[in-house]
Amino acid sequence: MSPPPEIQAGVVADVLSAPAPDSRVRRRGLSLPIVPLAIVVTFVVVAALAPLISPGDPYEQSLRSRFTPPVWDERGTWKHVLGTDRLGRDLLSRIVWGSRVSLAAGVLTVLLATVVGAAIGLVAGYYGGRVDAALMRMTDATMSFPVVLLALILAVTVGPSFVNVVVAIAVILWARYARVVRGQVLSLMTLDFIVQARLAGASAWRIITRHLLPNTLNTVVVLLTLQIGYVIIVEASLSFLGAGIPPPMPAWGTMIAEGREFVTSAWWVSFFPGLAILLVVLAFNLLGDWLRDTLDPKLRQL
Amino acid sequence: MTRFVLTRLAQSLVALAILSVVVFVLARATGDPLHLILPMSATEEDYANARRYLGLDRSYPEQYVTFVARAVTGDFGTSLRARRPVSELIAARLPNSLKLGAFAMGVSLLLAFPLGVMAAVHKGTVVDRAAQVIAVLGQSLPTFWVAIVLIEVVAGRLQWLPAGGVDGITSYILPGFTLGWFVVAGMMRLLRSGMLEVLDSEYVKLARVKGVVEARVVWLHALKNALIPVVTFAGIYFSILVTTAIVVETVFAWPGLGRLAYEAITSRDFPVIQAVVLTTAAIVAVVNLSVDCVYGFIDPRIRYAR
Repeated sequence: MSPPPEIQAGVVADVLSAPAPDSRVRRRGLSLPIVPLAIVVTFVVVAALAPLISPGDPYEQSLRSRFTPPVWDERGTWKHVLGTDRLGRDLLSRIVWGSRVSLAAGVLTVLLATVVGAAIGLVAGYYGGRVDAALMRMTDATMSFPVVLLALILAVTVGPSFVNVVVAIAVILWARYARVVRGQVLSLMTLDFIVQARLAGASAWRIITRHLLPNTLNTVVVLLTLQIGYVIIVEASLSFLGAGIPPPMPAWGTMIAEGREFVTSAWWVSFFPGLAILLVVLAFNLLGDWLRDTLDPKLRQL
Repeated sequence: MTRFVLTRLAQSLVALAILSVVVFVLARATGDPLHLILPMSATEEDYANARRYLGLDRSYPEQYVTFVARAVTGDFGTSLRARRPVSELIAARLPNSLKLGAFAMGVSLLLAFPLGVMAAVHKGTVVDRAAQVIAVLGQSLPTFWVAIVLIEVVAGRLQWLPAGGVDGITSYILPGFTLGWFVVAGMMRLLRSGMLEVLDSEYVKLARVKGVVEARVVWLHALKNALIPVVTFAGIYFSILVTTAIVVETVFAWPGLGRLAYEAITSRDFPVIQAVVLTTAAIVAVVNLSVDCVYGFIDPRIRYAR
């Protein structure tokens, strides 16, 4: 099946307006980023199969084996490969279960923000004029507001919870999508296929969903991937501050906070969850960079 | 230009007003604030008295007007935990945060500018690779984790720098670098891509053809225009800096607004949270406003477009 004409037109327009192809980007674009992809896939599998592959119960406490060091230390045991925390809970199990929280928070937040942001960007770009002006003012105001402050208010008033974290971050994040999508729509609106669709009497809904949306998808996918890492970090920071995922649920940020007081005597409690965050976020960022270079070189600045 | 600044100012005020409503509503939507203030043994009569004393017996619009009128004069009520006026707490902490922020921003600019420009000029070389590694790492490392690792290694094992608190210039180094790290990465990336684009443009070629010295072409002709995207994102970076500051101040026991916010969350001290949020939002608004003015100044197209 050949792609519908509007998509071809969009691609042609992209190629025409894209900056001169840069040979290095081209070369990188052709080879799949194996390592980041493998890391992301591994974490997704681990999160999905946590009940099956977790070596132990993430909640089970054992005061006798508290602060057991990792296995390569003299005092370590194979029972707790990465050691245990202040309450004797197995760190590896907690990290495995924590991957569910981090990935779910990252993906849900970004999806929520994308849907809202893309919808607002499409509407603003399609209607233009006053609608556009009003929506963009709102976007600007939102974009400059620090996420953490909102999450703090929510945490103190409503109490910290998974849903609050997702909502607090998404409420701020949508603005970036709205901005970028609107920019794309504005340039699409001047192209022949949109003008023709309007002449043919297509409804606003049809033009937005069938013609504009498919042509902004590349950009949205790139942004989405680039933002997952950022969201995971913000979620972890909030959990670290006590305004995110409440204990005893195993979340990486919370785990780092719990180990903070004992860094000198038991470095592993804070170290391994941090390493997990670093790996996942790094992988998502590299994957996002690659997607951007491949799908949408115009977005280089993001 | 004046019109442009005034419009922007009005927009910032509207944004702040909306936020104050959000804070006000949330504070009341989650139950009677008196439950937090009065002891368990308080009688009905105590509640009635306290309600009258605090003005909670009046209608919501009335209460909101009083709240805003007081907030504008800097009166945010009394901290539930410290039993002192919130404004005093803020006044004691704010200068520390500003100093740390200025230090971090200075460090970021000093690192990001040379790195970003050199990476673009020497594209594809070792410098460029190094810059890209820093950029990617900067956006992937969780700040609070970096802070903990730095404290343990540099302050703990090596004993080179103090682990926390404010005690002379050396105590600025660790928190300052931790705070600036993320901004360095983002800014450098923007500068690099901006420079790459500009260095390829006709007017830079013309300058070269005319025989302008290369250093002048790069640092004057090209950099000026490559700065535009950096300025565009400056507002966003500032709000990221504020976010990061809360975490960094908490880890390094830095007596600033961020740490105050953290202490207030852990003790559910609502008046303090409210004040910190509004103060910070006001600062962010002022910074954004100045960014917009600078932006309108360096790029005349913006002034007329809006």
